[in-house]
Amino acid sequence: MTMLVCAPAQPATLLIRGARVLDPRLHIDTTLDVLVREGEIAQLADAGTLDAPQGAEVVEAAGKLLVPGFVDPHVHLRTPGQEYKEDLETGTRAAAAGGFVAVVGMANTSPTIDSAPVLGALLDAAAREARVPVGFVATVTRGMQGEELTEMAELRELGAVAFSDDGKPIVNAQMMRKALQYQRLCGGVIALHEEDPALSGKGSMHEGEVSALLGIAGIPSVSETTMIARDCALAAYEEGRIHVQHLSARGSLEIISAAKSAGVQVTCEASPHHLCLTHEDVRSMSTSMKMNPPLREEHDRQALIAGLRDGTVDCIATDHAPHARDEKEVPFEQAPMGTTGLETAFASVYTELVKPGVLPLGLVIDKLSAGAATMDLPLTAIEVGRRADLTLLDLEATWVVGEHGYESRSENCCFAGRELFGTVLLTVAAGAVAFRERSLRLAAAS
Amino acid sequence: MTRHLISIEDLDRDGIEKILERAEAFSEVTDRHIKKVPALRGRTVLNLFYEASTRTRSSFELAAKRLSADVVNFAASGSSVEKGESLKDTVLTLAAHSPDAVVVRTPWAGAATMVTQWTDAAVVNAGDGKHEHPTQALLDVFTLKQKLGKLDGRSIWIVGDVAHSRVARSNILAFQKMGAKVTVCGPPTLIPRGIEALGCDVRYELSGLRDADVVYALRMQNERMHDAYVPSLREYAARYQINGRRLGPRQILMHPGPVNRGVELSGEVVDSPQAVITMQVKSGVVVRMAVLYELLAGAPADDRLPSPEEPQLA
Repeated sequence: MTMLVCAPAQPATLLIRGARVLDPRLHIDTTLDVLVREGEIAQLADAGTLDAPQGAEVVEAAGKLLVPGFVDPHVHLRTPGQEYKEDLETGTRAAAAGGFVAVVGMANTSPTIDSAPVLGALLDAAAREARVPVGFVATVTRGMQGEELTEMAELRELGAVAFSDDGKPIVNAQMMRKALQYQRLCGGVIALHEEDPALSGKGSMHEGEVSALLGIAGIPSVSETTMIARDCALAAYEEGRIHVQHLSARGSLEIISAAKSAGVQVTCEASPHHLCLTHEDVRSMSTSMKMNPPLREEHDRQALIAGLRDGTVDCIATDHAPHARDEKEVPFEQAPMGTTGLETAFASVYTELVKPGVLPLGLVIDKLSAGAATMDLPLTAIEVGRRADLTLLDLEATWVVGEHGYESRSENCCFAGRELFGTVLLTVAAGAVAFRERSLRLAAAS
Repeated sequence: MTRHLISIEDLDRDGIEKILERAEAFSEVTDRHIKKVPALRGRTVLNLFYEASTRTRSSFELAAKRLSADVVNFAASGSSVEKGESLKDTVLTLAAHSPDAVVVRTPWAGAATMVTQWTDAAVVNAGDGKHEHPTQALLDVFTLKQKLGKLDGRSIWIVGDVAHSRVARSNILAFQKMGAKVTVCGPPTLIPRGIEALGCDVRYELSGLRDADVVYALRMQNERMHDAYVPSLREYAARYQINGRRLGPRQILMHPGPVNRGVELSGEVVDSPQAVITMQVKSGVVVRMAVLYELLAGAPADDRLPSPEEPQLA
């Protein structure tokens, strides 16, 4: 049984009046009044036609955009063990502030999520602390050591959404093969951090002209591509199902595209930072620009954009990876890999790709919640009778990233200091209001 | 000149020439019986070294002392760095002593730039990982100008382990800024992918070396063998060693030191008249004097002291 849990919250009764309602999967793009009653989408009607029932909060949303809530299949909530970077409460608060109505936490915690007691304790904690529904993957191998499978069947029964050793690749091909075989018993997609550690070596950025100039050891794109080729071949052979995380290189897309055409069950994700930035942004040696996989070249970025357009890339996932300030305030080569991303996901992609006309808005809205399907979670939809999972956006508003701090406990954001278009006004997750932007907080209070 | 010297990229040709002219003026000091001028009297230079270094550290120390500055040497070994103190905390602690210049050497690219955020002192990069070593490049240009007059149109070959060399990166940039044409040459495993973006030519064989005016050999480190960059020192030497057979009589031979005799250079070329290796060391002191002088003497002196007229707080 797949499980998403969050702290109990008051089901919302809301009238969102006059917003442009955009649900690309249901082919809705029109101005409507949306009534949410007791956490459920109760009515959709022409703008200006619905009256607020007794006790309902009214959100005047003319000129604003209402979309199906975003779902992130790839975040690091750092709990248990590294709560100084993030915990379930701060991480899901950041998610809500970014318009996410569900997130999937990775298992490279301390201890790793590799046994039923650890997963059970986390689900219990999430039921007390999480602002939006959260699910967890369990590791594929014990302690992410790549040597023995976890008790995948038991973990799955307890509620593991999927399996992943994210943060590390599964180096041993035989281990990968066994995991795919065992998947027939327990189900659950195997999500993969694809990297050949021998090829990555001591690299801390993309191998190319910028790394040559900076004298920083490079991580070649083939480090990712060769492992993806291996795992697509294994998935084909075992008829297993894999999800490739944080795709970064053009060559990797070519492999996945070919595998998909050949009928391999493979899905993949791209992150906002790989879609918006390149290794040129690492010239400053800012440690916020250090992540794994690294920011690559313009042709890689363009390939990811093309992949979103042609469907090779299934979804956008943030790989939200918080780190404490003192961990990042060190020379580039010593800094840990990762950037936060939940609070900037929509605004960064909207500003860099939608506003200049590179990608249509509907496509980006789709991809920001399509990650649910890759993890066997229900897709969000603006449909009468559905639980309300909604995100209300203001496309005109601009903000400077980090200017007013972050909801996340950490501030290692690669977009820090940039002015972005697009703010999240309201997030309704699992039928309850999970986030209200300040102007709406005032309106709700008055 | 900029407030710090972090990278050769911070300097244009005029900036380089200004430093070299100043160095030329200081050359005369080092030939005196009393090798000292009072230019930086009362100023403090802090040498912050996170990596073993004898020649660069002593060269900076001599340069500062010949300008009458006070010098404090800080080596990471035997310090609180070994107790786990971060670079930031170490710099903040030492910056509390108000040094005027901090000379910093670390094994990490970009560290010198970070140091500028944590101190008001002028920061001189004395090597940051495999990134840059700008004073080495300046002293190499200074040495070459003494031998050749101008570098314009000259062909310079940099031979050896380019991948792990901060000297190579700074020198490619500096030589090109001075009008020279740079070729890097070494085993393909030790030439970083993308290096041609710096504007240099790339060769994997020494054929064509005879056309060079200057041959700049890089140090071949033993640990490269363990990481299998080259199959053996023997094969490396057979292919890339600069020896009497390969070095022409009118070519200039340079090396940043310390030399592995019998590996990147044969003994006979080290001792040959073409070699300017000890001249490079000598240039190091005057060029570093010039750098410290340009960074510190330009700034208003004693600006932290209240003037005598101002009322003093009890």
